[in-house]
Amino acid sequence: MGHYGAGDGVTMKGSSSRWAFSLGFLVGACSIYFFLRQVWFERSYPVLSEAQERTTAVSERPTSWRKEGAALVNRLHPHHADEDSRVADVLYQKVRILCWVMTGPYNLKSRARHVRATWSRHCNVVVFMSSEEDPDFPTVGLGTKEGRDQLYWKTIRAFHYVYEHHASEADWFLKADDDTYVVVDNLRWILSNHTPEEPIYFGKRFKPYTKQGYMSGGAGYVLSKEALKRFVEGFRTKVCSHTTHVEDLALGQCLEKMGVLAGDSRDTLLRETFHPFVPEHHLTGKFSKSFWYWSYCYYPIGPQCCSDLAVSFHYVEAELMYTLEYYTYHLRAYGYRPRYRPSVRLGLSHGPLSQTAGRAGPKGVQEVTDGRSRTTSAFLVSVNQTKAETEPEKREKDNLISRATENKTAVTLGRHL
Amino acid sequence: MLSEGGSFMKGMVMGGLFCLLLSLLGSFRPGTEPKTEDHNHHHVKAPSKDELTKLSDSRVQELSNQVRVSCIIMVQPKFLVYWATALDTWSKHCDKAVFYTSESSKALEAIDLNEKDDWARLRKALRHAFENAGDLQWFFVAQPTTFAIIENLKYLVLAKDPSEPFYLGNVKKSGELEYVAYDSGIVLSYEALKRLVHVFQDEDKCPERGRALWKLSEDKQLAVCLKFTGVFAENGEDAHGKGLFNSKGVNSLISESMKDNPNNVVEGCCSDMAVTFSG
Repeated sequence: MGHYGAGDGVTMKGSSSRWAFSLGFLVGACSIYFFLRQVWFERSYPVLSEAQERTTAVSERPTSWRKEGAALVNRLHPHHADEDSRVADVLYQKVRILCWVMTGPYNLKSRARHVRATWSRHCNVVVFMSSEEDPDFPTVGLGTKEGRDQLYWKTIRAFHYVYEHHASEADWFLKADDDTYVVVDNLRWILSNHTPEEPIYFGKRFKPYTKQGYMSGGAGYVLSKEALKRFVEGFRTKVCSHTTHVEDLALGQCLEKMGVLAGDSRDTLLRETFHPFVPEHHLTGKFSKSFWYWSYCYYPIGPQCCSDLAVSFHYVEAELMYTLEYYTYHLRAYGYRPRYRPSVRLGLSHGPLSQTAGRAGPKGVQEVTDGRSRTTSAFLVSVNQTKAETEPEKREKDNLISRATENKTAVTLGRHL
Repeated sequence: MLSEGGSFMKGMVMGGLFCLLLSLLGSFRPGTEPKTEDHNHHHVKAPSKDELTKLSDSRVQELSNQVRVSCIIMVQPKFLVYWATALDTWSKHCDKAVFYTSESSKALEAIDLNEKDDWARLRKALRHAFENAGDLQWFFVAQPTTFAIIENLKYLVLAKDPSEPFYLGNVKKSGELEYVAYDSGIVLSYEALKRLVHVFQDEDKCPERGRALWKLSEDKQLAVCLKFTGVFAENGEDAHGKGLFNSKGVNSLISESMKDNPNNVVEGCCSDMAVTFSG
């Protein structure tokens, strides 16, 4: 601000006032202009993509559930309109899975709801198990209380409920938490090499406290129909009882007593498929050597994480549920034919498709050794076939596909690494 | 003395108000954000399935082989973790991936441009990439926090002619300028890059050190320079019109979708053939 000499004349004062005013005006205008420019004019706006311009509200998917009491029965196996999901569809018919989800009244909105909207749509039947009944969601009321100490009670009652009400509707019975994400189609691939008459169950195998190991509760586990039968039988004959609230261990011990085998759920490269943590944790986390996990893993030696055909992850929150759904069923890298393609004449193929217990032969998917192949050239197929698949053969093959088929891969971003 | 001070203050206030008034009136000018103008900017779409089925298998194969991408990844030692990650992951899918850094790092190799100014550095990198292009016809510029699926990028430009000028990505508008956002990746065809390198020599149109009092960000500078050569920013979209270049990460996009379309979170979120995520 100018300091003018006090001794200036009157006229000087008048014009200097005007000068001061003009100067002030200029300064004010300019500073406001620059300020506005930074804040307002130069702001960037995203240019709307055509989809956004059309502002078509994303139409609501028609529900494909049929409510049957407290169970949701899936009428449509979800898949993209222009995706070839014939193998997945066939497996859906042949390997029927009932999923029951352990939840509670306070978790319906924050967790179970998202399970219902995402992966559970790929089960043949899904039942949400809670301590209280909720006819709208719907959930079954198990008549227990809530809390960690109720977990085994809930599990026992849930399996009994499922056995009583839905035994004929499925071949395999999966238990998951409301923060477990399951890629049900990959689970069908693992189970397709077994029959529901086998007394066997699968999951993330842990070592301690048992002879044959037991399956982690959080990562989810799946029982064959025979295994479920024996579990229920065990309680009837009092061979099994509520020994502890540590649900996964207790169940494992009961099943061991009842002669149910703890299966090996690893893929053909010996990578784990059921995971007790989120993908990020398994992929990038450096578990310290003293971390309990290492002493619990039944198969500590080997690649560990994570199969291309991963089945489950745990501690998955709402946002990650949708993110995983996006990665598993939507996001694709152009130009890759699915690695795992059903072999042409499966039933008729010969010899060294040896059936070792658990994995093998028809499930012996040919892992593509040339992982960097980027073009759309035909990939190699399965163990004994040398010729690549062609369209018309696919149609005939559908009839030949029996239990042991190779499934279309659930490609995740992980495959690029 | 006091009266001058007072006049000055009065003047300032008047000036400020005057300016504010003018700009407010100015913004109510009809036609600032008209719907019709929006359709003037371009959308570049990926080929739809139908388009591809019209071409023979061998033709598609031919095109796939022809499209080759040179990746230009601008890094700095302070983003070492991202640098290493890009090196380990997506950059392996580029036909050629070159890392350009502001200063060299002992840990990782890159072309050290020894240039602190972001715009000048970008210019140098682009010029270097152009001069060493070989037979690569497409150029993808990324930042350390960009994750790109190069196969989907190739699909987007599968049937496009690189001797035409293409400048693609996630288009934003600032004032009158439409530009491609830096963090979600910038795609340039050979022709576009050629014109760009040419206009670099013109100090009037495309000054090296920027001329405004405050600096324009490099992505805007790039758009200005390209505009002088007749190349305009175009939004990369899939066959359904969904944007392929994302300035946010998948988590953020899913979060937003959970709020905006709670009944259709995944479909309402991102394209199946997204090219980039960022942030």
